[in-house]
Amino acid sequence: MFTFMPEQASEWAPYVDWLNDYITNISVFCILGITAVMLYFAIRYRRRGPDDVTPYITHSASLETAWTVVPTVICFFVFYYGFESYHEMRNPPANAMEVNVTGVKWRWDFEYSNGKRTTNELVVPIGRAVKLIMRSQDTTHSFFIPAMRVKEDVLSTVYSYLWFTPTKLGEYHIFCAEYCGLQHSGMLGKLRVVSEGEFGDYLYDRQDPEAVELPPAELGKLKFAEKGCTACHSIDGSKGLGPSLKGVFGGDHVMSDGSVVKADENYIRESIVYSQKKIVKGFEGIVMPAFEGQLSEAEVNGLIAYLKTL
Amino acid sequence: MSAHAATADGKQLNYLNCEKGLWSWIMSIDHKRIGLMYLASILSFFVVGGVFALLVRAELFSHGKTLYGPDDYNVFFTLHGVIMIFLFIVPGIPATLGNFLLPLMIGAKDVIFPRLNRFTYWLYLFGAAIAFCAIFMRLDTGWTFYAPYSIQNRWAVVTATAAAFFLGFASILTGLNFLVTIHNMRAPGMTWGRLPLFVWTLYASAILQIVATPVIGITLLLLLLENTMGIGIFNPAAGGDPVLFEHLFWFYSHPVVYIMILPAMGVVSEIIPVFSKKPIFGYKALVYASVGIAAVSFLVWGHHMFVAGMSNLSRYIFSFLTFFVAVPTAVKVFNWVSTMYKGSISWDTPMLYAMAFVFLFLIAGTTGVHLATLGTDAHYHDTYFVVAHFHYTIQGGAVIGLFAGLHFWFPKMFGRMYNEKVAKFAWLFLFIGFNGTFIPQFILGMEGMPRRYYDYPIEFEPLHRISSIFAFINAAGYAMVLGNLFYAVFKGKKCEENPFHSLSLEWTTASPPIHDNFVQIPRVTTWTYGYGAEHAAEGEAVH
Ligand code: HEC
Ligand SMILES: [Cu+2]
Ligand SMILES: [Cu+2]
Repeated sequence: MFTFMPEQASEWAPYVDWLNDYITNISVFCILGITAVMLYFAIRYRRRGPDDVTPYITHSASLETAWTVVPTVICFFVFYYGFESYHEMRNPPANAMEVNVTGVKWRWDFEYSNGKRTTNELVVPIGRAVKLIMRSQDTTHSFFIPAMRVKEDVLSTVYSYLWFTPTKLGEYHIFCAEYCGLQHSGMLGKLRVVSEGEFGDYLYDRQDPEAVELPPAELGKLKFAEKGCTACHSIDGSKGLGPSLKGVFGGDHVMSDGSVVKADENYIRESIVYSQKKIVKGFEGIVMPAFEGQLSEAEVNGLIAYLKTL
Repeated sequence: MSAHAATADGKQLNYLNCEKGLWSWIMSIDHKRIGLMYLASILSFFVVGGVFALLVRAELFSHGKTLYGPDDYNVFFTLHGVIMIFLFIVPGIPATLGNFLLPLMIGAKDVIFPRLNRFTYWLYLFGAAIAFCAIFMRLDTGWTFYAPYSIQNRWAVVTATAAAFFLGFASILTGLNFLVTIHNMRAPGMTWGRLPLFVWTLYASAILQIVATPVIGITLLLLLLENTMGIGIFNPAAGGDPVLFEHLFWFYSHPVVYIMILPAMGVVSEIIPVFSKKPIFGYKALVYASVGIAAVSFLVWGHHMFVAGMSNLSRYIFSFLTFFVAVPTAVKVFNWVSTMYKGSISWDTPMLYAMAFVFLFLIAGTTGVHLATLGTDAHYHDTYFVVAHFHYTIQGGAVIGLFAGLHFWFPKMFGRMYNEKVAKFAWLFLFIGFNGTFIPQFILGMEGMPRRYYDYPIEFEPLHRISSIFAFINAAGYAMVLGNLFYAVFKGKKCEENPFHSLSLEWTTASPPIHDNFVQIPRVTTWTYGYGAEHAAEGEAVH
């Protein structure tokens, strides 16, 4: 009842819509029911004159308990369904296809794992989980695809992410949902969901060499050698001046203060750019240079992509 | 009733005519006069904020450029929000009806700190004057001042935050004044269990004003220092964290919703018994619900940030806690409707507003559940669904509550009556205009229309058009309401002292009240809601 949700084009859109319907139906039922009772009372007991006799009723413990408990129970259910669906939204599968997204006033830049770059157009194959790793170059934006029912703010301080599995071919709006100034409403992108085959052609389309640069992981490999990371870090597990970076991504790392940190994009970025913020246990004596200001945004992303392959 | 003193020309002496001249108003420390001055001020700002709303709706009438460019649009929607929130609805009911009625309802001569009350009003006006400077500086950050965007907009933001800082102090001091008044100035026999529910809601919102407002004061001060000295608290370029700003901002700005809405609930709790001739149903539950809402409202600010880069765990916790606001709200609605059962229900204007409030607030509350639920909020956050939801809460709730109260206590304030026919007609206009404006916005939000958009894809145009047309009908309704009341202040028919036959203490004194409210401080022996045949005469609460 009363749904005006856009097309369902992702795997969980039907679930979100089911939940939305569930809440809406309860709501409409309550609104209409309570309003009907109120109007009935207002008409049925309409004032006939100043001397109308009315009863003296002040409270009813049983009624009041009932209408406290029932909404509480309903609320628990709604919370739980909302939590359940959202939990999935926040936990992308390990094999998801990753795309880097950069929000820039006022456009969206996309970068695929093979180095292909596009602006305001994101193309993904149908049926494959896609994880977007997002960062802003200026103010806060928010990445929103109504047809996929996903939204997440894009910050300039940390990577944020979202993921979805497209289930329907077509073209969909990408909006910026966080106010970002003059052309906020013009920060529009297009999501194209295409077949696996078409996606392959798109990704490896070398017609337009301008659009294709070194894939991030390769750029990262290059920089890893160029910037002298190899001097301290091995990639085969052997210990050097610094810890080996074999399998560094995704693992739990113990810091000098005893805390355990999961190595995600944000941690790796911090380890490179502000290396002194967190020190790995056992390496307190050796100082890794901070690379703040010495690496471009693309180079940092490239290094992260490269470390993921180790 | 009170023995009435008279002026030289034989007129009854009251707070309006006991002293004359502009100076006597400027220097007044009478809570009733201060309440009226607040009322005149906030309603003027309401009109200004409304004009900006109409400018926004007019531009959105058509896809593409309709009247002016995106730069103006961003300024207009910002000013609409800033003026409506900080100048109109935050002072709102407490500063106007609260100031006027609180001492009368508890049987006191004035608030406990009358001079502080006067200072507060002038501080508020001072803050408002600074805020008006920001209008000319093209403030375009939205009323939320989110960093880091607000850091690029230096002087306009510095001005606006300074204004909000002073306005915040006015709010804190009002809350403090009310809280101490309620504790210390109740007439003999006015026990906590007999306190009118409107006073209880003023009490709950006073706590919120005192506890939450300092946080926004500090936050805005930090933003001001960020803009002038670059201290690096919120600005990522200087090592700050913009999400921190959001946390601090909403730590205040969620409770502030209840500063606005709780007193409106109080007004409705006063009106329904009088116009149903029935005791309020579940007095205690309503008291606990008010205080409960106030307490829980401190723990749910994160629901504004479900997609703003908080950890997943905090998202789950904040969603869970938010549901606890829904329950006491539902309880209140059930109590109001039950009060009408077997009543003698008058359809006078205040009651029409109270019933409209219940209906609109039901919509506001239930759509709040859509937003508290994580799975659906990911879709709805920052869309028109949110815009519609909070207009139902603030306009449908707080503003309708304010007008309900104004129509109810108008004879108390001025001893005159507005034109009832015009009032009802205006009410209908408001009701239709309001729903016509915002129901399409719920639908737009479902379809995925983001808020604060100067332009939109063409498929959203029809609903935007409907919304814009009804916005003007809504405005016409407000124009009628304000015109009708304004006319009645001077030309309204003189009316009885207690035209609605309320049993509440404020109606036992003259209308308009004398300068000292009561000739003699009353002695209270009953609770306020002793309506109903047998017991009303006995006057004792069976509670
Ligand atoms: C002078 C030696 C040195 C150089 C050069 C160096 N590092 Fe390091 N690196 C270290 C040390 C020592 C640590 C452990 C202490 C710490 O966490 O700061 C470390 C830690 C790290 C970590 C965290 C590893 C973990 O297990 O948590 C990463 C990732 C990393 N470095 C990446 C790089 C990259 C990429 C470069 C090149 C751009 C680089 N490092 C250059 C010495 C170095
Ligand atoms: Cu934006
Ligand atoms: Cu909130």
